[in-house]
Amino acid sequence: MQRRDFLKAIGAAGLAAGPLAGCAVSPSRSGAKVVVVGGGYGGATVAKYLDLWSNGTVDITLVEADPAFVSCPMSNLVLGGSKQISDLTVSYAGLAKRGIRVRSDIAQAVDPLRQTVRISNQVDLPYDRLVLSPGVDFLFDQVQGLGPRAQEKILHAWKAGPETVALRKQLEAMPDGGVFAISIPRAPYRCPPGPYERACQVAWYFKRAKPKSKVLILDGNEDVVSKKGLFMKAWNEDYKGIVEYRPNYVLTGVDASTMTMKFETAEDVKAAVINVIPPQRAGAIAAQAGVITANNRWCEVDFLSFESIKVPKIHVLGDAIQIAPAMPKSGHMANQHAKVAAAAILNAFSGRPPNPAPVINNTCYSFITDKDVVHVDSVHQYSAGKKTFETVPGSGGLSPGPTALEGEYAFAWAKNIWSDMLS
Amino acid sequence: MHVRSIAFVAFACIAAAAHSQPADPNVARSVAANCASCHGTNGVSQGVVPSLAGQSKADLVRKMQDFKAGRTPSTIMTQLAKGYTDEQIDLAATFFASQKP
Repeated sequence: MQRRDFLKAIGAAGLAAGPLAGCAVSPSRSGAKVVVVGGGYGGATVAKYLDLWSNGTVDITLVEADPAFVSCPMSNLVLGGSKQISDLTVSYAGLAKRGIRVRSDIAQAVDPLRQTVRISNQVDLPYDRLVLSPGVDFLFDQVQGLGPRAQEKILHAWKAGPETVALRKQLEAMPDGGVFAISIPRAPYRCPPGPYERACQVAWYFKRAKPKSKVLILDGNEDVVSKKGLFMKAWNEDYKGIVEYRPNYVLTGVDASTMTMKFETAEDVKAAVINVIPPQRAGAIAAQAGVITANNRWCEVDFLSFESIKVPKIHVLGDAIQIAPAMPKSGHMANQHAKVAAAAILNAFSGRPPNPAPVINNTCYSFITDKDVVHVDSVHQYSAGKKTFETVPGSGGLSPGPTALEGEYAFAWAKNIWSDMLS
Repeated sequence: MHVRSIAFVAFACIAAAAHSQPADPNVARSVAANCASCHGTNGVSQGVVPSLAGQSKADLVRKMQDFKAGRTPSTIMTQLAKGYTDEQIDLAATFFASQKP
């Protein structure tokens, strides 16, 4: 056996460890440039892991508009009042310290032929590989009356940050006896259990501070999309008399002056505070780059590498992709996508094909109260035959009921995944 | 590690690789990265979730197999462990055992 083959064989079987690992697996790709657009769960993770796994030899630029990362997961706790937005905010300094260039900017256009990304002041960033992790954009035009002015009063708070804080203020200002109405779009949308957790968090706040107030869930779906039994139990027991759930409420319009919501088939609803989570699609840069291929909304990818099925050398992660069956649009999932993509990109720089059998998982915690928590989890194995991820039969599941222990784990999850992305 | 044991492990691994493992030198690292979202990068945890880095391979495999079989009570680990093959568990354990705690 040649020495090289011997080392390869060791690496292949997973002994990618110790001093041997350096010479066996370190790809030779000095000067390779990767531009990452979007510093959320997908983008920050891919930047970090490209750096980690290449021992700092890939030239990485992360383009992100916001000055710091603010987590969507846990942000419903800000609405409940048990956490502040600062508790969910993490600096990009950890990535910068690694030598990743973090540019506080907005990607405006991609030229896939020249392999450049245009940012402000006509600056073009060249790339060998581009990773788009743009999250979602809202289809406000699908809700009549939800123009820019109405959006100042009727918030989505479905991107954590100023809107989260503003919605909390609306809830604080609402007189006791008022109705908080939350509109949920038809699936697929970002974070399937998120709207139901939000209902629980607002109900938790009302139960203590405004016990005559109500939470009205107006669901565009025909049933609770995620963790149904667990949420229904909470609404029928802990929050009985506070939360009301109505399925098949497809929102078609709002009137911000009268605080009225209009629906496809159901009667109008008036509420003191209206929270509309609009229908969504992949972020604008994905449309501009030409990688939106499914229903004019989502980006189809080769699940071995998360490379666009349409435009070579552009990878798409996270909520923006056309998901595999039973794969939720979650931050945890985006973090897992990112590692498959990072490995595949580094393999490509070394002239190797991607791992033909990637596996990923999802873990998603929802807060029923400020500390009692339930989860759903799943494991997704790539199927070469079907060219997609499939959940592994017999794996995954739900909590039997909310516990404080899972609450501790949920906070620990946040701490570790933020560190996994950003340090 | 002695030369002889390297050779032995390499031989055993080649046999395993020939069976079903893909020819990707970083597959152990990739499987282990599944765990990092909750257990920290390279298995170094920041909080109450246990660190995996630097534990012995035998301990890690045994713990995962105990979760997988439902012998150790858990919130999520039995559900997740059932999603991984014995071979994937072995690969991840090998990786974490080699990491600095």
